[in-house]
Amino acid sequence: MRYGETGYNLEIDLATGNIERVETDPKLLETHLGGLGTSVKIHWDRVPPEVKPFDPENLLIFSSGLLNATPAFSANRTVISFVSPQSELLAYPMMGGFWSAELKHAGYDKVIFSNKSPDWVYVWIHDDKVELRDATHLVGKGALETQDLIREELEDPRAQVAAIGPAGENRVFVASIEQSRSSSSRLGGGAVMGDKKIKAVAVRGTKDVHIHDGPAFMELMQEITEYINYRNENPIPDVMTILSGIGSPQEMVHTDEKWHTENFSWGNARERRKGFWTDEIDESWSQSQTDAIQRLISCYNCPQHCGALISHENVPRYMMKCFSKLTYAMAAYVDNLDFGFQIAQKASEYGVDAFSFPQILAYGVELKEAGILTDEDFEGCPEDKEGRFYWLMDRVVHREGKVGNLLADGTYWAGKALGPEAESLAHNNIKKHEQLPIKLGMLDPLYFLMYATNEKISITQIEGNWPQAAFPKMEQRERFVEDWPQLPDESWKEWLLEWELRGEKAIPYYPTPQIAAQIVDWMEMLHNIDDALCLCAGMASFCLKPPYHIHNYPRLVTALTGLELDEKSLQKIVNRSRNLHRAFNNLRGMSRKDENPPKDHWKRRFPELEEELLSTYYEFKGWNHDGIPTKERLHELDLDYVADELIKRGLLKDGED
Amino acid sequence: MAKIKKTIKTIKVDADRCNGCRGCEIICSAYHAEPRYSSINPAKSRIQILTHRLKDIWLPVFAGEYTPSECMGREKYIIDGKEYDECAFCRATCPSRDLFKDPDSGLPLKCDMCEGEDEPQCVKWCLNDVLTYEEREIEVDEEEEAPLEDMEVGLESMADKYGLDKLQDAVARLSQQKKA
Ligand code: SF4
Ligand code: SF4
Ligand code: SF4
Repeated sequence: MRYGETGYNLEIDLATGNIERVETDPKLLETHLGGLGTSVKIHWDRVPPEVKPFDPENLLIFSSGLLNATPAFSANRTVISFVSPQSELLAYPMMGGFWSAELKHAGYDKVIFSNKSPDWVYVWIHDDKVELRDATHLVGKGALETQDLIREELEDPRAQVAAIGPAGENRVFVASIEQSRSSSSRLGGGAVMGDKKIKAVAVRGTKDVHIHDGPAFMELMQEITEYINYRNENPIPDVMTILSGIGSPQEMVHTDEKWHTENFSWGNARERRKGFWTDEIDESWSQSQTDAIQRLISCYNCPQHCGALISHENVPRYMMKCFSKLTYAMAAYVDNLDFGFQIAQKASEYGVDAFSFPQILAYGVELKEAGILTDEDFEGCPEDKEGRFYWLMDRVVHREGKVGNLLADGTYWAGKALGPEAESLAHNNIKKHEQLPIKLGMLDPLYFLMYATNEKISITQIEGNWPQAAFPKMEQRERFVEDWPQLPDESWKEWLLEWELRGEKAIPYYPTPQIAAQIVDWMEMLHNIDDALCLCAGMASFCLKPPYHIHNYPRLVTALTGLELDEKSLQKIVNRSRNLHRAFNNLRGMSRKDENPPKDHWKRRFPELEEELLSTYYEFKGWNHDGIPTKERLHELDLDYVADELIKRGLLKDGED
Repeated sequence: MAKIKKTIKTIKVDADRCNGCRGCEIICSAYHAEPRYSSINPAKSRIQILTHRLKDIWLPVFAGEYTPSECMGREKYIIDGKEYDECAFCRATCPSRDLFKDPDSGLPLKCDMCEGEDEPQCVKWCLNDVLTYEEREIEVDEEEEAPLEDMEVGLESMADKYGLDKLQDAVARLSQQKKA
């Protein structure tokens, strides 16, 4: 019997309609755990670097992780992986919600899609019965609407459905995959799904998932539950409200948005509006939010309330989470949050990434203002800010006209098509992908490394366990380190105690490159563990002092699967998958030259220090000067076959380390 | 007739606080797994969250008695403008629907209030305080029908489905095989 995992994947060849239930190699648990880890392995084995995002050979994998469908709170992520049309690298946007546990109860760990369907289909997985069903009647329908229509059609209110909207159908590069209150947003999974003509994947499962040592697992969960309750009752002092609790940012609960609205940039990541948050704005925005929120909701098996059912006058109901309530209003320069709640409804139905998409629309406005796009291109576009955004959104989602078709590829590719001036306006990208609209003063060594080097290409999925900034007062630092059991090593507390706001022991020179390398590597590793277990980062790697951490992950995995693990061996497994992922991207051309945060991300930059940071980090990781894992490093991780491939393709030289 | 004390066990459901996490389903199925906590399967849970997200419906319902035949008619409630499914509030394991049946055997499931525990598991693991457990004592006449055990409920439903004769035959055959 397999524990934690079901031991089967579903292989669906869309071209032939052939569906197979394939037993997986139990050894993969030891080498890559599951979730992102085992998915990366499949991409490595089966998708050569020549394959382009919209080639039939690009695999689209929906994966559960080890902890899904267990009593572990907040283990509900689905990791969707594919070569991204935007970055042309291996992307893995994750979604919360309810899908992955249902898949495991249906008896599968992953669904692997290859090739393309000739006609629009949706997939219905009901335990052993799996079928491709006609979806022509659903084309053009919203991503949320589709979920309910499919449930009705199947007469199964318990089916969990992941669907794309028109943006995915039209292969918009930032199209999302929506499911319940969650979405897999970044880097265009919706576009790949649309390219394969899959409108939705519905799943319902009624089978057992087995735990190796149930009582031991529950004992651990008892400890973790007590800590969750403790953290919910004792927010961390001395940090911003949004960072003080656990769970994803509690954006549906908090109404005070002074910090986001004044510190994040408006428009196309352009301008910080100091003094924006007046009493008047506070009152009006809080009112909009209170009126809009019908109920606070969570993902599968999670006690937090990161999402909400939105019931706003004038628009149909939908569900929202996180920061998306602000992104449209801020990108459009609209000082009224009602606009945010209204346009987000349409955006959810269209199925677009709530971070990239508003920036793309704002970029469109800039192109017009700069005269790069003309009045003619914008014929029929309303003058007011709100109307303009709605107009642009419709064009882009449907790839209509020159404007729509260009912007549908995102800011990087649109800029490239339009020439140098347009390219320079596309200023907020890393590896061709729009970043959070944050523009700061002083270079931060930790953030520099996280932005530059991670395969996720999205900062919120890398940072988390280390405080975002130094505490001004010693007593605050002491209070913070006092109870910090999550740290890998007690000695690290010194670094926080010494970390100052100004002076020598402050950013950009402190944490030093050596220390920064260790902290960043640690934070990234935590994320990689979550991605293999499909745990919500909000309860683990993404938040300060989380309930899940390096000292309890191995025990949980052991109780669940029977696999003997300690901190070191767990670390080795995720490092293996992480290096495999990097090598996959290296083969697709990614290297040091791409590890470059936007020029204007910080006002004060330190080119030499940045080079030193990168080199130190690479060395710490066991990567060569170009950011490619060395033969030696790969050998340590039992990845000699990867080294061979890198040598064969001329990326590593034999004998070079 | 002599009076005796009887404990009434109540789970109060504050449905408005439910965030739809289904943690209660998970824990109920884990607790009732054989051996305990060895497997998870919300489809086997004795509490089910009836969900229509956009209609703002998250309704925890507990499995009650097995019934061999469905009601003569059905009811449908509208409360606060929300239209609930037919029979939404009914706890019965009924031939008219799949709810509260073991997905493998089709046998009825029934909430046993986690007999033997200080507190029902779903109450304990719902961190949103939707479920609260209360006990109170009342006096009743001594002579009361003893509640059916899980197995008896199962047997009764099989007898309804296949007929008592067939069931008896099957049990006889099985015991022969075991002895052989
Ligand atoms: S913390 Fe929030 S985002 Fe994470 S699983 Fe819970 S409800 Fe979902
Ligand atoms: S555990 Fe509580 S909040 Fe979660 S679904 Fe059950 S009753 Fe609702
Ligand atoms: S009281 Fe026990 S048996 Fe009844 S639903 Fe809750 S967990 Fe299940």
